[in-house]
Amino acid sequence: MHAFDPIILTLILLAPLVGAVLVLLAPERGKLPNWIALATTLATFGLTLHLPAHYDHAQTGFQFAVNLQWIEKPAIFYHLGVDGLSLWLVVLVGLLAPIGVVASWNAIRERRKVFYALFLVQQTAMLGVFLSLDLMLYYGFWELSLVPMAILIAMYGRKDGPKAALKFFLFTFIPSAPLLVAILWLYARTGSFDYTILRETIALGLIPGGPLWLVSLAFLFAFAVKVPVFPLHGWLADTYSEAPVALAMVVAGKLGLYSMLRFHVGLFPAQARIVAPVLVGLAVIGILYGASLALVQRDFWRLMAFAALSHLSLITLGIYGLTLTGWEGAVYQILNHGVVDGALFLLLGVLYERYATSEINAYGGLAAKLPRTAAFFVLATLGMIGLPILGGFIGEFLILLGTFTGVSKGWAVAATLGVILGAAYMLWLVQSIFFGPESRLVASKPPDDLRLGQIFVLAPLTVLMLVMGIAPMGWLPVIEMGVQPAQGRARVDLEPGFERTTGWIGEDFGYTFSGLASASRKSRVSELAAVHSNLDLRRQVGLPKMTDIRDSSLLAQMKYREVQR
Amino acid sequence: VNQVPDIYRILPEVILTLTGVVVMVLDAAFPPAWARRGLGWVAAFGTVAALWAGLGQLALPMGTGFYGSVETSAFTVFFHVLICGIVLVALLLSLDTLPDDSHHQGEFYALIVFGAVGMCLLTGAVELLLVFIALEISSIATYILVGYRKHTARGPEAAIKYFLLGSFATAFLLYGIALIFGATGTTEVYEIARLAPGAPNHTLILCGLGLMLVGILFKVSAVPFHVWTPDVYEGAPSPVVALISTAPKAAAFALLLRVLYEMLPTLRPVWSPLLWVVAVLSMTVGNLAALRQTNVKRMLAYSSIAHAGYLLAALAGLGQEGIMAASFYIAAYAAMNVGIFAVVSLAGGYDDERRQIDDFRGLIYRSPLLGCLLLFFLASLVGIPFTGGFFGKLISFQTALGGGALWLVIIGLLNSGLAAAYYLRLALVSAQAPEAGKSFGAAPRVGVAVGAALMLAVAATLLLGVYPNRVLGAADWGAHTLSVVPGP
Repeated sequence: MHAFDPIILTLILLAPLVGAVLVLLAPERGKLPNWIALATTLATFGLTLHLPAHYDHAQTGFQFAVNLQWIEKPAIFYHLGVDGLSLWLVVLVGLLAPIGVVASWNAIRERRKVFYALFLVQQTAMLGVFLSLDLMLYYGFWELSLVPMAILIAMYGRKDGPKAALKFFLFTFIPSAPLLVAILWLYARTGSFDYTILRETIALGLIPGGPLWLVSLAFLFAFAVKVPVFPLHGWLADTYSEAPVALAMVVAGKLGLYSMLRFHVGLFPAQARIVAPVLVGLAVIGILYGASLALVQRDFWRLMAFAALSHLSLITLGIYGLTLTGWEGAVYQILNHGVVDGALFLLLGVLYERYATSEINAYGGLAAKLPRTAAFFVLATLGMIGLPILGGFIGEFLILLGTFTGVSKGWAVAATLGVILGAAYMLWLVQSIFFGPESRLVASKPPDDLRLGQIFVLAPLTVLMLVMGIAPMGWLPVIEMGVQPAQGRARVDLEPGFERTTGWIGEDFGYTFSGLASASRKSRVSELAAVHSNLDLRRQVGLPKMTDIRDSSLLAQMKYREVQR
Repeated sequence: VNQVPDIYRILPEVILTLTGVVVMVLDAAFPPAWARRGLGWVAAFGTVAALWAGLGQLALPMGTGFYGSVETSAFTVFFHVLICGIVLVALLLSLDTLPDDSHHQGEFYALIVFGAVGMCLLTGAVELLLVFIALEISSIATYILVGYRKHTARGPEAAIKYFLLGSFATAFLLYGIALIFGATGTTEVYEIARLAPGAPNHTLILCGLGLMLVGILFKVSAVPFHVWTPDVYEGAPSPVVALISTAPKAAAFALLLRVLYEMLPTLRPVWSPLLWVVAVLSMTVGNLAALRQTNVKRMLAYSSIAHAGYLLAALAGLGQEGIMAASFYIAAYAAMNVGIFAVVSLAGGYDDERRQIDDFRGLIYRSPLLGCLLLFFLASLVGIPFTGGFFGKLISFQTALGGGALWLVIIGLLNSGLAAAYYLRLALVSAQAPEAGKSFGAAPRVGVAVGAALMLAVAATLLLGVYPNRVLGAADWGAHTLSVVPGP
């Protein structure tokens, strides 16, 4: 237990806010706001690194937790915590922030103070989403994250900022109205906004199934728009082509996908299991649809937008395949996509800044003039299309493997087709920008390759891609610990071995819902108590840790469980 | 035996009255050439004293004075403090935004203070005739303030509209009081509460309640009694709108709570569905109409109609919970609405030089401070978390849900999603870079007084969003006292 542990999450949340205030107070002279923002984001990144450094891998459940009463009535708690699911996502947000600042270094020339202040508020909001374990607090950050984004798109939009901002805001704000109703309804039923309490209450079947269905759909709808899932992606292309580079790379997908895992699959496993086939279908459609549209775009921002739709759909497929492998792949792919997308956006931002156009056909033959840009771009592209030994391969492979073995071979084949299309449009993009004859636009400007500061940012990202591709074991066990609890409950009745076992998965327990549905309310409560005492017992006798087994196939887990009994 | 001297029961009103008189006398005594700005400070200090006296009333035992016509309780203190706070901000705002050469400045400040007397009295009155008198005091002051820009065509038009419609509304209220008197033989709220359930002529009471509700709902500009709102807001000077869109509404809501929960709680099965409908209508009509506005003040007028709807939703909650949620919402609404009108007064200019939404383009480039404040208050109106607006809505809807009004909550939240569209339009336009070749004009000057006003509004909005426990506690306490019958 480190001395910082109880306050580290609060520090992580507050650091960007303090930075925002400092930026606002400082005079707008020279690059002062940039430097303050860079210092703040680096400091925040440093703080987030405390988490993996002091994370207790032997323990499951939430760590570094804080749980203080914030508002008495209604009972809202300042409840923060990190588990394997959110650990690396928090670090990713921390990592992307300084990169975002560097990407905006020269691109943002006016109203720097407002820009960086809002950018830092956005950081707090995103970190808050990943850290909150109280639904109301979570909702607060979730909504807050929309505001800086919308304002900055309006302020710095390339062509028609306000329209894109309005579209983005309404698309994501209106679905959160049902989400709030659902959260309030849960509160009216249970008297709690607390994630862990709600999860147990729902798992014990104490809430009637009919309304719970609607509640889970309200959650899912809000998240699906945010990701976005196939028919709800209307805001994506405009947002990508208008948003400042720094925000586009920060916002992509992470919040919605994380929320799906934590608050949809995690809270409503039974309901998630039933809607999963629909989402698998939509995800596969999204993969193919996004990839096909990306193939025909003439504007590289829009190409990136549809590419993102395709990739995010693949992650959605991993989540709703409801396999452990798929989930590990999904989380891993969120991380990898963040890194790769960050690098690509940074590079495209550099090109856009220099040549002032996002028309792909206007470029050509850049590789000869800007060799370093070309090298980094090609590497990032390879990371994006999932070349082995780069990070993208691991994530995509795990997702497809999970789909193939756990869902259906047909869907897996269709999704793989999307991956192939992904290679096609990305390589075509590289080819038309960097190779071929030199275009008139490129010829008209003197060569001006990446500056040192940009290389300082891009090099670690590239190394990270490589490390994530070669040594996924640095991440996967922790992620596995994070997603396992949800898994225990979402697939229980598919696997006979899971029935009525109080799991070895930390504070969670793999119960069948059918078995409980018939039991009376009172006996359910006593069963809950039994589960808790059982857990205590398990801790006392010191059963082997789940991390001791590396093989994550369901069969192996069942065998392990048999041994335990 | 009641040992508390009656005068303590109305101490804030007394202080406000004296302040108003002093301001008027000084105004008359000053030679015409002297500036009247100092009188504004006198009025502001008087208001602070009244606010302090209002807080001091917490030391009094709960009870009534003047033969059972005025009550002091946690409930009245809550609203006194709120109204005095709003009036203070409005005064500070007027100090810097009224042009130096505007006529009758002294009267302007005096009228604001006199209006506050009526509003404060309205929240404490437990005798229906006093209610009527208090309402008239506050209304007449505001009628005059609305028409203060005599040199424009819109000013007097707005004043006359407000006056005519307002007079009708008060007439309805008075008629309702008369009918209730006819049914129960008394105009004292507590007596009516005691006698009403056993009154021989039930229909008369229902009619009386209906007529009173017409009068009160007019004052809070709830649909279908809202038509005056946009015209009046458009014609009145912005600092006056900051006042009349909040303080008289707070007073009227206090009266509404008193009539519903204290005077006729037994009729809940009648008034509850009625208010359900009014709430839904107000939100929906207000938001739909606001979507189509191009004039900033008209848009905010419709937004205030919608907010009246969110507030009425809280009354679907159970008993004290509903009172608490409504009281809290009023405070949150007042904080953010005063704030946004303060910004609009500064950015728009006294004569509404910038009245269309598009005229605000580039505000954040011209004046980052005002631009950011505008965004902040708009965020609160939209209901972005960590602002008073969000928490007010949360409490209101959570209470309504606790009362079983699921559909009301769903309609309300969808409405607030819809509302985001027009708030955001203003926000995004003001955040946009000014058009090439077209400049925003001179940056508005932010003086000491208006700076203080803005700071108060921002602090209140933030406090209510980030740490609302104290205010929630006060509102809860007030809700408890509202349903308790005090001694003589």
